[in-house]
Amino acid sequence: MSNFAIETVGLNFNFGNQTIVKDLSLQVPKGSIYGFLGPNGAGKTTTIKILLNLLQSPPDQVFLFGKEINRNRIATLKRVGALVEQPAIYGHLTGKENLINRCILLGIKKSKADEMLALVGLKEAANKKSTKYSLGMKQRLGIALALVSDPELLLLDEPTNGLDPNGIIEVRNLMIDLATNHNKTILVSSHLLAEIERTATHVGIINKGQLLFQGTIDELHLLSKPMLEIDVDKTGEAAAFLRQSGYEITDQTAKKIIIPFVSTKVSGTVNTLLIQNGFTVSSLYQQRKDLENLFLDITKNN
Amino acid sequence: MRSLYISLVSEFYKSRKTLAFWAAILLPVVICSLVSFGFYSSSDKILPLNYPGLMLWARYSGATLNVMGMLIMPFYVIFMAFSVNNIEHKNDTWKTLFAQPLNKFSIYAAKYIYAVLLIFICLFLFAALTFGFGYLLQILVPKYTFNQYNPATFLINSYSKLFLSSLGILSLQFILSLVWSDFLKPMGIGFVGTIMGIVTASLNWQYAYLIPYSLPALALRITKIKKGGDPLAFEVFTQEIYTSLIYATVFFVIGYFVVSKKSIK
Repeated sequence: MSNFAIETVGLNFNFGNQTIVKDLSLQVPKGSIYGFLGPNGAGKTTTIKILLNLLQSPPDQVFLFGKEINRNRIATLKRVGALVEQPAIYGHLTGKENLINRCILLGIKKSKADEMLALVGLKEAANKKSTKYSLGMKQRLGIALALVSDPELLLLDEPTNGLDPNGIIEVRNLMIDLATNHNKTILVSSHLLAEIERTATHVGIINKGQLLFQGTIDELHLLSKPMLEIDVDKTGEAAAFLRQSGYEITDQTAKKIIIPFVSTKVSGTVNTLLIQNGFTVSSLYQQRKDLENLFLDITKNN
Repeated sequence: MRSLYISLVSEFYKSRKTLAFWAAILLPVVICSLVSFGFYSSSDKILPLNYPGLMLWARYSGATLNVMGMLIMPFYVIFMAFSVNNIEHKNDTWKTLFAQPLNKFSIYAAKYIYAVLLIFICLFLFAALTFGFGYLLQILVPKYTFNQYNPATFLINSYSKLFLSSLGILSLQFILSLVWSDFLKPMGIGFVGTIMGIVTASLNWQYAYLIPYSLPALALRITKIKKGGDPLAFEVFTQEIYTSLIYATVFFVIGYFVVSKKSIK
């Protein structure tokens, strides 16, 4: 048995002449929350549609639970719940009716509908026509629809789109709960790194259809080397002095000097050195390179 | 089979609050009521014509049948094919429908069968209401001669013909509505087709039967009347019906290939 809930092997996908996904090798371990990151138009939604067999992938490139998707479409889809783009909801039906309809299609008990409504906090709006739902309510109904079959794997395409801060936190907690307490695997796409950083255990960064980074969230953090920021007067002279003393200057602004962080001891030495030579150090702190910037760097360079 | 059944149940569940579903019931109720009301209120004009039972039934049911066969039936079928597919286009739900663990053929066939069922219900009600209202008219206007002839066979035969002859249009329109999400394209083609059908059928063009849209009108023509026989007794399985069934099967199969290759963008 494969340890990956999702594995794609050199996946390529084109719409006509336009390449949407290029040599994509995703590896989503079972039980992980996999943050699938990329700017708009990077190919995230297309990839999710391929994973649902809505778009036909070339043979032997996409495996879900170790099984080739085109040959095992129904068996695979039984284990997957999904929210793709805007939640697909029948507007003329109420929230509850939408869930009941899904229960009919999946051949499961209709009482599941109430359970799901309670889970996503739509109990009060259960009998309201879903066209009258706000965007956030629709999104929550979409998540309920994805969860109703109690799937092992959840594919959530920008699930916090249109949610208010409270809703975002609820969805985040729900994802963490599902992964840790119910042993589900979640692939969640987003174009916001901060969003993924808080929940994901694994991260894949995609841009223009290509995977630029894949690994655990810690591995991503390692990519961002910490810096030492020194707020000092006479920055020009101070920088020149430090350079003379053998330190590498990464960046220098009117108020501060940035050098690579090595250890707290070295930071102390730098501080002493500056003070002893007549500079006034007002603060000195270790700064991790913002992941948001890292993300921009990774995606910009390609 | 099971996935076909649950898809069908779901089709019913989804559309039971929509106009498409209620049209199947309202259309026969409204039209039959109107015609019957006409026969009731203008009984003083019809009674002096002294129709025998058979002729009275022919006039009375013909009033509904002719309108149905010529105009309403093709448009009704076009509308059904459109609305069964439009429910998914409008809500952007094709993607979730095809992401369910159901085979694509079941999803497609269930939609098609559901449309067929709605047309069947509609025509069945037409036949039943024509029959029932006829006898009701007899009670309300005792001088009518509805009780002299039993129109059951005639009604069953003509509505069966209408039903079978419209399946060709259904399969064709079903593909158009499946491929295009907008209202105008399938409706426009259907409209042009229907006009063509009416014109060619009424001109008795020898190849009119090759146009699916002309088949309901053609099917209702009473061509051969045996001497001394009942003029309202006619064959059900005629050339038009076979043509319609062949069209229905061919387009149904093509439709399935369209669905199975359909990429959900």
